[in-house]
Amino acid sequence: MKVSLFVTCLIDLFYTNAGKATVELLERLGCEVDFPEAQTCCGQPAYNSGYVKEAKEAMKQMMRAFAHADYVVTPSGSCAAMVKEYPHLFHGDPEWEEEAKRLAAKTYELTQFLVDVLKVEDVGASLHGRATYHTSCHMTRLLGVKEAPLCLLKNVKGLELVPLPNAHQCCGFGGTFSVKMGPISEQMVDEKIGHIEEVDADYLIGADCGCLMNIGGRIERLGKPIRVMHIAEVLNQRK
Amino acid sequence: MPMKIENGPFWKRVEENLQNDFMREAVAGMQDRGYVRRLGVIEELGHWEEWRSLAEQIRKHTLENLDYYLMQLSENVAKRGGHVFFAQTAEEANDYIRRVALEKQAKKIVKSKSMVTEEINLNPVLEAIGCQVVETDLGEYILQIDDHDPPSHIVGPALHKNKEQIRDVFQRKLGYTKSSDPVELARHAREMLRRDYLTADIGITGCNFAIAESGSITLVTNEGNADLVTALPKTQITVMGMERIVPTFEEMEVLVSMLTRSAVGQKLTSYITVLTGPRDEGDADGPEEFHLVIVDNGRSSILGTEFQPILQCIRCAACVNVCPVYRHIGGHSYGSIYSGPIGAVLSPLLGGYDDYKELPYASSLCAACTEACPVKIPLHELLIKHRQIIVEREGKAPVAEKLAMKAFRLGTASSPLYRFGTKFAPSAFAPFVEDGRITKGPGPLKAWTESREFPAPSKERFRDWFRDRQKGGNPL
Ligand code: SF4
Repeated sequence: MKVSLFVTCLIDLFYTNAGKATVELLERLGCEVDFPEAQTCCGQPAYNSGYVKEAKEAMKQMMRAFAHADYVVTPSGSCAAMVKEYPHLFHGDPEWEEEAKRLAAKTYELTQFLVDVLKVEDVGASLHGRATYHTSCHMTRLLGVKEAPLCLLKNVKGLELVPLPNAHQCCGFGGTFSVKMGPISEQMVDEKIGHIEEVDADYLIGADCGCLMNIGGRIERLGKPIRVMHIAEVLNQRK
Repeated sequence: MPMKIENGPFWKRVEENLQNDFMREAVAGMQDRGYVRRLGVIEELGHWEEWRSLAEQIRKHTLENLDYYLMQLSENVAKRGGHVFFAQTAEEANDYIRRVALEKQAKKIVKSKSMVTEEINLNPVLEAIGCQVVETDLGEYILQIDDHDPPSHIVGPALHKNKEQIRDVFQRKLGYTKSSDPVELARHAREMLRRDYLTADIGITGCNFAIAESGSITLVTNEGNADLVTALPKTQITVMGMERIVPTFEEMEVLVSMLTRSAVGQKLTSYITVLTGPRDEGDADGPEEFHLVIVDNGRSSILGTEFQPILQCIRCAACVNVCPVYRHIGGHSYGSIYSGPIGAVLSPLLGGYDDYKELPYASSLCAACTEACPVKIPLHELLIKHRQIIVEREGKAPVAEKLAMKAFRLGTASSPLYRFGTKFAPSAFAPFVEDGRITKGPGPLKAWTESREFPAPSKERFRDWFRDRQKGGNPL
């Protein structure tokens, strides 16, 4: 199966390991991975800040970049949710509406793709320790993907998965919210970290680098012994 | 209390409230208990998403035909001998109610809970003509006797006070001598209020839903105070926002069920009162005179705009009760009697961007509000729409942000520019990087690094790694 990777700007620039793990994992599961070089960003940072015109230019670039893809897979629930919004945003635009629908229909978040399209629930990964999973708001509420990541994580050998209290609560990232409303965002991330500590987790796993950058950045600042990992990295562990 | 709460600029309010541990504990406790309870009654009902769609349809249909239903409602109220007044502005509404009070030579007025009377700032108008106005909703009563402390929640207005604080207010203002046991506190308030009901000349109520087909008013309470407010005084005035209307009893039942489940996690509240016009011959109780004041106050200018869905609101506060931002900053930080997500959308619409320009940004766009809303208002999307207006129409966006977004457009709309721009990220950030992270960031990163580390850009971008690997330079 041919898969086009939408790696997201955060992974392209900062969390390259999550991107590499995604490629290796997909290949191991028999996919042929292609990386359309023309991709940039899904447009979300501008869109959520109210810069809709600017966002739409980025979105058009995305549609051009993935025009020929069969499947677009991305290791980010939030960016996948943004792409799924394109038809809504380009509604009534004769030039782009159809293209937007096509891209939205063939775009999958990584774990969703593994479970729903490849029909794999056990990727043969192993990682030892106690872990908890952060459900990102956009992935669960906007994209509607709730079970797939848990399903995959349950099958990771050696991993003890414990539920995170108040998991439904936002970690306080919210893109520009985290800088515009810094003091509020800080309270939110501290509460999240409190819950992670409550369950004594060695690993915090997530499927969105925005949240992980926020939670991880705060964990580092506070010097807590919790390792933050993207789910692709966990699923690619074979120790 | 007008819609705007006068308590300083946004950040001052937020900082004060972030320090208020009592309030934050009370809010978090309410949210956590409420979350479980709400999910419980939703599950018990079953098919929640279908119920939401139905409720949404009812509200949409009503708004699309609002003129028709308002006419029908007022005809039916008039048929039953009631008086109807359409108030375009707060002043018109207050003026009308003041005239009724003067005509009745009212000395004492009892009120059940009504956000719209707060919005139009009715009480001072009545007090200015010598009326004593008594709030009978327990929460509102506490705030009223505590020197008009503003409400911090649309359903539980005194949520920011714990029971010890309430006991102190009662001691100071009412000579209360007993404990902080909520049952004792409530009993004391009730005893005080009982006298007021019996001696009041006018009862003023809000309105959860007006029913167009019959000209009835529905009031939903847990304390039964609305029953007394409407049963005892000779004159009743009901004040409603012009959108709080349903076509028939059938739709009212659906929405009341959605309201009580979403607001307090109950199948039904203790009291659901339906009133139709003044007392008929043979009725055991009820007012001799009934006035319905229908308030526009900015609502009709929301109709027909992209913000119309906000008028679907049934004021259940489910969005407030799941909001993680409200959780930490509490209601007073919003500077409006409408707080939480509903307040962040509604306050700028009713009160303008000058006073409320920060509110659309006081959200991480986590969409918990949108998910909880029983009438499917896309709250987080409406917040983005506000941001768009602030950027495009109001021109109120910060210059640095505008520049950043210009750069964003340049960098993301074309791949060569993106590739070029990002290639140098590691060297651009290099002076700030220590141990693979940034602890004191430049420019916009500064706010981030106040509380968090920022990752250093990878030396090699993912795309470079991938290209090398394709060429065979970096095999697995
Ligand atoms: S916006 Fe929705 S959830 Fe919030 S108060 Fe209104 S009806 Fe309830």
